[in-house]
Amino acid sequence: MSARVVHIAANTFREAVRDRVLYNLIAFALLMSAAAVLVGQISIGIERLVVVNLGLTAVSLFGVVIAVIIGISLVSKEIEKRTLYTVLSRPVYRWEFIVGKFFGLAGTLVVNTLFMAIGVFAALLYVGHGFQSGDGWIVVAFYFIILQFIVMTALALLFSSFSSPLLSAVFAFSLFVIGSFAEDLRGFAGMAQGLSRWLATAAAYLVPNLSSLNIISSVAHQQPVSTQLIFSNTLYALMYTGMALCGAVLIFERRNLK
Amino acid sequence: MKPSARITAIFTLVLLVCLMLSCFILRHLDSLRSQATLEEVLYIPSPKVVKRLSLGYDGLLADVYWTRAVQYFGTKHHLDSQDYRLLAPLLEITTTLDPHLIVAYEFGASFLAPPPPNGAALAQRAVQLVEYGISNNPDEWRLYYNLGFIYYMELKDYAKAADAFARGSKVPNAHPALRIMAAQMAQHAGELQMARMMWTTTYQSTQDPNVRANAITHLRALQVDEDVTALENLISDYRQKTGQFPSSFADLQALGMLRAVPVDPFGNPYKLAPAGRVEVGEPDDFPFITKGTPPGYVPRPFKFRASDLGTSWR
Repeated sequence: MSARVVHIAANTFREAVRDRVLYNLIAFALLMSAAAVLVGQISIGIERLVVVNLGLTAVSLFGVVIAVIIGISLVSKEIEKRTLYTVLSRPVYRWEFIVGKFFGLAGTLVVNTLFMAIGVFAALLYVGHGFQSGDGWIVVAFYFIILQFIVMTALALLFSSFSSPLLSAVFAFSLFVIGSFAEDLRGFAGMAQGLSRWLATAAAYLVPNLSSLNIISSVAHQQPVSTQLIFSNTLYALMYTGMALCGAVLIFERRNLK
Repeated sequence: MKPSARITAIFTLVLLVCLMLSCFILRHLDSLRSQATLEEVLYIPSPKVVKRLSLGYDGLLADVYWTRAVQYFGTKHHLDSQDYRLLAPLLEITTTLDPHLIVAYEFGASFLAPPPPNGAALAQRAVQLVEYGISNNPDEWRLYYNLGFIYYMELKDYAKAADAFARGSKVPNAHPALRIMAAQMAQHAGELQMARMMWTTTYQSTQDPNVRANAITHLRALQVDEDVTALENLISDYRQKTGQFPSSFADLQALGMLRAVPVDPFGNPYKLAPAGRVEVGEPDDFPFITKGTPPGYVPRPFKFRASDLGTSWR
């Protein structure tokens, strides 16, 4: 990777930290602490289940909101503050700018998720007085959540490369909701007939398949996750991210910034 | 730096490769997680919880769960499954989310109650589902009919079946067959004609392709049962007249007892077996027949015919 991409990524990370993005960790810590204390009193027998479900869902939603809100403003803010012109007047390709921004935000989200994961495991330790062998699968769930963030970050960047921040947010959140029902969408497509079947199938394959990255319910019940699923989800998330990033680069390369 | 054709070409190529690979991996993921979305219902404590989680978008979510239920049954049926354990929770969640989705109750009445491979063998749960439907849709005559149908066909509780039909016949615009069924239940319960009337009403009262295909398959089976009974009676008459069994249907035609070689609902001729038994040529075509099968016949798992469904299973 070019050194310029690394510099842009590092600056993006630094900027996100400076923008107090990681302050969400305080809200998350409060949520997990309250859950750990309250859950023992209100949900007898399913304390672990509630902590895992609540914790992983909160991590996922917090992260997606950050990925979209920060992702859509990465380009527009640089244009608004006119810092983009300073960057691009130097020997920096536009694609390097987009890819650097992506890695910067993805890194921020990974760090953010790592802290939240520590919070979830701490709450789990508190309510369960120890870990169980099946709790290891929660790590896989966190890994899938990170993959989800990477896909959403790339999508937010793609939309922000051609649209206004508000519309980009609408597009990205809509795709998040649709992607969460991606398996159902392919089911609908499979039941359609003729031309509508082809169109629905094409649409179903174009939206991000976020449902297979969501294994919160099964890991909360300590169900194992197959190596094949981990491998396939990793490959899929990388391919989809690659596709969205390439789209963002191709659009940004042609964008008139004057 | 200005965009170059090289950068455009490279990123376009990578985009296309990523798109192709992501579609390919997605197909693989679908095969890995063929039932994953459906099995989520196992983790849900109650349909009411799902309703609360739907945040008011219960209509849309009901449609999603309804599609899942149909797909689940279709896929399982296609694979000759004996286990339909998710069908009841899927239908219960669907109808809790949208209590006015009549087709879901019909589906439950047809496929929750019968034993595998044609259903989940949960007749009481089917009764509960349809009773829930009636409490939410008291003016829907088809639900009373479905309730009576389960009592009649699966639970053999003819008194409760008659009661359900009688309740349904009082609903405005009810199918006239309900009044007849309620009246004739005491006298003709268990008879072929009663069963025929019920399956015909089922066929006429639904638009669901699975329910219709099921009704057609049963009606064909009833036709075969009736034909075989009638033909064996004729053969018995022939034997009384001649003192021996006919060697073929031509012998019956020669005596004027038959006009032509009799055929089954698919147009295939019936076979005359030794000792005056009548058999269908292809017993696998008629999964619900009680007569006309060769000795030692083991029925194969059946699938609804694509022509009956009007659509093909996925």
